Amino acid sequence: MNYIVTFLILFANWLIWSGMFDSFHVSLGVISCGVVTLMSHDLFFENGKFQFSYITEFIRFALYIPWLIYQIILSNIHVAYLVLHPKMPIEPSIITFETTLKKEMSIVAFANSITLTPGTITMDVHDGKYFVIHCISRKVADDLLSGEMERKIARIFGEN
Amino acid sequence: MIILSIILIITGVFFFFTATFGLLRFPDFYSRLQATGKGDTLGSLLMLAGLALYNLSSGISLASILVSVKLLLIAVFIFIANPTATHALTRAGQDAGVEPWTKEEKSK
Repeated sequence: MNYIVTFLILFANWLIWSGMFDSFHVSLGVISCGVVTLMSHDLFFENGKFQFSYITEFIRFALYIPWLIYQIILSNIHVAYLVLHPKMPIEPSIITFETTLKKEMSIVAFANSITLTPGTITMDVHDGKYFVIHCISRKVADDLLSGEMERKIARIFGEN
Repeated sequence: MIILSIILIITGVFFFFTATFGLLRFPDFYSRLQATGKGDTLGSLLMLAGLALYNLSSGISLASILVSVKLLLIAVFIFIANPTATHALTRAGQDAGVEPWTKEEKSK
């Protein structure tokens, strides 16, 4: 099963990037995707096995992206305001909090979402649950500690 | 459509501008990374979206749609690569013992 899924994903990417649909280029794509699939079919998924829950996770994650972009726009405007304000009212601080997320994938998605939103950077994650975050101002720290993003990530990956 | 893409590109340039401005104004290593690592994300997303839209405005065909999809895939790549690089830099700074600047220190 994971041979088929890996091959389909690779081949879809091949078609997008090559942009040529004549039989010569498509058969080249089939050959090279087949070789890469044989070599790396166990690298693509967690534990090397494809599960159908990945599809629902993927769809839920795709639905999460518009909300994330909205958050990025809001906090980017906030950071732009901080930068352009003559007095530059920043209050950098480092906060540590504990997360309830357990799966490795959801921790990665959460840490990356935090870093992606302007004003917060994940500096470190230790023992898989303590996040060390650098915040540029009080407002972004409060937004983060409200835990909305964490709840959304937990829902995507089927936790709680 | 062209007007919309021009608006998108100009907003993107504006966010790049604030990112660079923040890089020059902010007091220490970490907050400078805040400005650059992040302003780029939204700035490049807006600019690439504007370019994709501009590319479609000259006529919708299979080839032009593919070019737009490729442009948006660059944005996806930036969205994965940019936070990872920013995180790696802050972590390196932390390991090297760079002290973060705080407001209290300034008032002392």
